[in-house]
Amino acid sequence: MTTPNITIDKEIDARGSHCPGPMMELIRGIKSVPVGSVVAVLSSDPGSAKDIPIWVQKAGHEFIGAFPEQGYTRFIVRKTR
Amino acid sequence: MTVKQIVVLGGGVGGTLVANLLAGQLTRKQAQITLIDRTGKHVYQPGWLYVPFGGAPPERWERNERSLLRRSVDLLIGDAVKVDPHERFVEMADGTQLPFDYLIISTGARIDPDAVPGYREGAHHFYTAEAALRLHAALREFTGGKVVIGVADIPYKCPPAPLEFTFMLEDELRKRGLREKTEITYLSPIGRVFTIESVAEFVTPMLEERGINYELFFNTESIDPVERTVSSLEGTTLPYDLLVLVPPHRGAKLIIDSGLGDVQGWLPTDRETLQHKQFPYIYGLGDATDLPVSKSGAAAHFEAKVIAHRIAGEIKGKPSDERYHGQVMCFLETGRGQATQLVFDYTHPPQPPKPSAYYHYEKALLNRAYWHLVPTGIV
Repeated sequence: MTTPNITIDKEIDARGSHCPGPMMELIRGIKSVPVGSVVAVLSSDPGSAKDIPIWVQKAGHEFIGAFPEQGYTRFIVRKTR
Repeated sequence: MTVKQIVVLGGGVGGTLVANLLAGQLTRKQAQITLIDRTGKHVYQPGWLYVPFGGAPPERWERNERSLLRRSVDLLIGDAVKVDPHERFVEMADGTQLPFDYLIISTGARIDPDAVPGYREGAHHFYTAEAALRLHAALREFTGGKVVIGVADIPYKCPPAPLEFTFMLEDELRKRGLREKTEITYLSPIGRVFTIESVAEFVTPMLEERGINYELFFNTESIDPVERTVSSLEGTTLPYDLLVLVPPHRGAKLIIDSGLGDVQGWLPTDRETLQHKQFPYIYGLGDATDLPVSKSGAAAHFEAKVIAHRIAGEIKGKPSDERYHGQVMCFLETGRGQATQLVFDYTHPPQPPKPSAYYHYEKALLNRAYWHLVPTGIV
């Protein structure tokens, strides 16, 4: 699957981040951009596939998708509030 | 050959070590090394965790920066206010300009209590000497009630610290006979109690055994100091009698004012070469960077070695492609006189040993031996 044709405003390379980890890097990224921005986080942590969509839903943002690449996944989220 | 000017901004763990390593690898004819520090005082911040529980006073964790630097490193005590990355100079508050060939930004993280509404009035913390002493006083007066512990914002220094504080507080209240009168709630911003899954797996039952509540997906949005409640952006509101939240952190104002960082002031840094993403002769070191590693003295320690090799190699005409691979080593206190150890890098996740007294004593030993081992580059 390829990344959709969407403009990413901020991309965070959190591959190999064990602490604080991709989930925290995503939260940090979301906090640092204006509402409406699209944030991508690259994660090699298998747990992200479960954690990230749950948090995005709880926090009320829009989960655009998880796009597998070679050895990692790109998670794309739109900040909506 | 002209003498290269190397300027280091900030005399914390990383700045002090990188200056000393460069001074050891280069002669005075090759480089003049100047370290600029706002206070001239070096602080071993991990010591603050123990202050609220009546541990050694904050002065015990401070030394004169000059006493930790090699003689060939010039120390300039003062406020650096701006960096001109194109003309390559650092401007001081008094207008003095210091030119540089290489700049290392190790300005650490700044505590910004006003970044979260109600934080300044409502929350305690142990991320400055003064706040740790205030929390010590508050704990002495505490007679029971609801204690809520967590973080006010992301990112923050030393990810295990709030969990360590929780376990240590539980111990303390038990010893003082107040445990039965106290409800402790630990807040985690993510979907488990600690970011590293293997740690979360053994820490979760420890919290449960000790009767400590935990609330997952709690990212603090605001505090109401009058009603004594703390609310998350996920929509949960909790009452408290004593609120201990790691304060919001931001990068140095100088990084923001110089247009070198992101909106929160973190320096965009290459995760392996540690060079600024736009200016390769500027390096980011330690907490000041936007790297996806723990903001910790340990990360700064490993990074300083890479930066020193790269710069010294280049000046000596033998460029080094030494890279940082995300190495971090730290301890996690689990209370009851025990701790575990976390060692990891970008490609090796931590495999923490079972908590034991051994790691607790090893941490205590490092806290004492730090001054002799770390700034000098012995380890």
